[in-house]
Amino acid sequence: MSEHSPKKPGEKEYWLDKQANVMKLVYGLATICALSIIAEFFVHRHVDHPWEGLFAFYGFYGFGACVILVLLAKELRKLIMRKEDYYDE
Amino acid sequence: MSSMMPFVIFYLGAVAALLLRGKTRTVVMLCVPLIGAFNLMHLDSGVTIDFLGYTFEPVRLDKLSLLFGYLFHLAAFLGIIYNMHEKDTLQHVSGLAYAGSGLGAVFAGDLITLFIFWEMLAISSVFLIFARRTNRAYGAGMRYLMINVLSGVILLSGVILHASETGSIAFNYIGLTGIGSYLIFLAIGIKCCFPLLHTWLVDAYPESTPGGTVFLSAFTTKVAVYALARAFPGTEALIYIGGTMAMFPIFFAVIENDLRRVLGYSLINQVGFMVVGIGLGTDLGINGAVAHAFNDVVFKGLLFMSMGAVLFRTGKMNGSELGGLYKSMPLTTTFCIVGAASISAFPLFSGFVSKSMVMVSALEEGHPYIWLMLLFASAGVFHHAGIKIPFFAFFAHDSGIRCKEAPWNMLIAMFLASVICIYNGSFPALLYSMLPMPVDYVPYTSAHVLTQVQLLLFSALAFVILKLTHLYPPELPSVNLDSDWIYRRFLPYVTGCLGGMIGKVDRLIRSETMTIMGDLVAMIERQHGVKSTMSKTMQTGIMALIVFSVLLAFLLVMMI
Repeated sequence: MSEHSPKKPGEKEYWLDKQANVMKLVYGLATICALSIIAEFFVHRHVDHPWEGLFAFYGFYGFGACVILVLLAKELRKLIMRKEDYYDE
Repeated sequence: MSSMMPFVIFYLGAVAALLLRGKTRTVVMLCVPLIGAFNLMHLDSGVTIDFLGYTFEPVRLDKLSLLFGYLFHLAAFLGIIYNMHEKDTLQHVSGLAYAGSGLGAVFAGDLITLFIFWEMLAISSVFLIFARRTNRAYGAGMRYLMINVLSGVILLSGVILHASETGSIAFNYIGLTGIGSYLIFLAIGIKCCFPLLHTWLVDAYPESTPGGTVFLSAFTTKVAVYALARAFPGTEALIYIGGTMAMFPIFFAVIENDLRRVLGYSLINQVGFMVVGIGLGTDLGINGAVAHAFNDVVFKGLLFMSMGAVLFRTGKMNGSELGGLYKSMPLTTTFCIVGAASISAFPLFSGFVSKSMVMVSALEEGHPYIWLMLLFASAGVFHHAGIKIPFFAFFAHDSGIRCKEAPWNMLIAMFLASVICIYNGSFPALLYSMLPMPVDYVPYTSAHVLTQVQLLLFSALAFVILKLTHLYPPELPSVNLDSDWIYRRFLPYVTGCLGGMIGKVDRLIRSETMTIMGDLVAMIERQHGVKSTMSKTMQTGIMALIVFSVLLAFLLVMMI
């Protein structure tokens, strides 16, 4: 399987086929992320627990959680990954 | 008013599905949940039967059982539409019987009735797994059956002990008070996928047919959640068990290649939230658990439907083999994204209004670390179910697969499920009005919307950055070991070794015995065999001489 789009002859080109458009989405996401942090200055945040009140707590926590999740899962792979037919003998 | 027990309608439907074929069968099957729901609206409460000194209550109606009752009718209706194209009688009969068993269990007012339907759930549903008709499905189905039937046996033992301790078989609050209650707790825990007891689910569900998995995802675990909410609300252990359940499966989900197995892990993760809510035992916690169970059946069903459609059209389910399907299946892609947004708890989608009830309750009850775990799990579920599922199936690199859009009946089922996800997320009042406890929770506050959006956006940003920097683990054709390794590899290995050892000892004893016997025979042969000392033939004269000598010797001795 190639990384390049195996566009069939005569098939229409999709917007997402262009790498530049994908990057537009990425920058769009980064912009919205930034906006959501800026919004903290304008929105009253009701807080049930002091940790919640830390600046951009949810943003940092979500980002950190996902990075830790993925990096730990990669390590987990070394421990538990086997060939596809491991149980099939 | 009606007094038809809800499960009877489904069991009769199963018989009809067995006898009928073609369009007639489809129409009859579609009518079953509709008639069932109508019956439920007009159902009489509580017929009790006294038998052998115990009170049996086959149908108990209250807000909790009714909510699950309507939910199961809805799930069955969606599942039947989704599976309409299917000609396989086995799946139709099994699906209806399974839904009926789920209804029987949630309306059970006594523990014996619960036990009967507990076992019926296992027996009726295993055929949905066998229906895939592959060796893998057969093996997984047998393991599924053994573990689920075992859960039933443990339940029955617990019920017998509990009845002898308390003198009652009523299915009400039990709590962890005696050995019987612990057994009941364990039996529910198996069906509820407590950590280490969970592997039957991720083993068997992905091996079922496209439609079979949609049915399977709806009933068994939710019956277990219902049973916990009924018998063990406020049990502190559940808070920690649920927190673990919400956490550990996401690590497996990130590296799993089979996308329906990824959904299996995220099912356990979502049930974890419900278990925490039940463990907290507050009005908000219980309401959150039950509301989330309702939403989960619909959005998890929707996600399994979209993946089932992909499997149906392409014959593939591994992330490593899929990609770019949005070009061929744009509607399925859209519905999958709705399901993904709902499970990730985006504002306006159903998860948003129910998951947070459990989390707020955890904070209010003074469990900030559990709250942090649930928040981690929320980011994680967005990561693997919200992004990974749609991304690797429909986007990622183009696999070159071009196929038809899903059949129209699958699209209708997915459309209806999407509508319910968005409706419940945007207008939660109807769902809240059905909850067992009074509700004074407001999901749409500016703080909640903003914080949740931040959490999700930054999780998405993390995914994008990890993907662009190639730190994200690629989808690889592989199997990941889980605790089922213990009974699939370790125990067979140990018994194999034991068997081998016993064999060796046995062989040694046999061969030693044979040698000793051989020696013995040879010795006897030497003494008594042909021409040996003891079997020599002698002449009469010699005999007479010997006798004469003996007598002479005797005479001499006597004379001296």
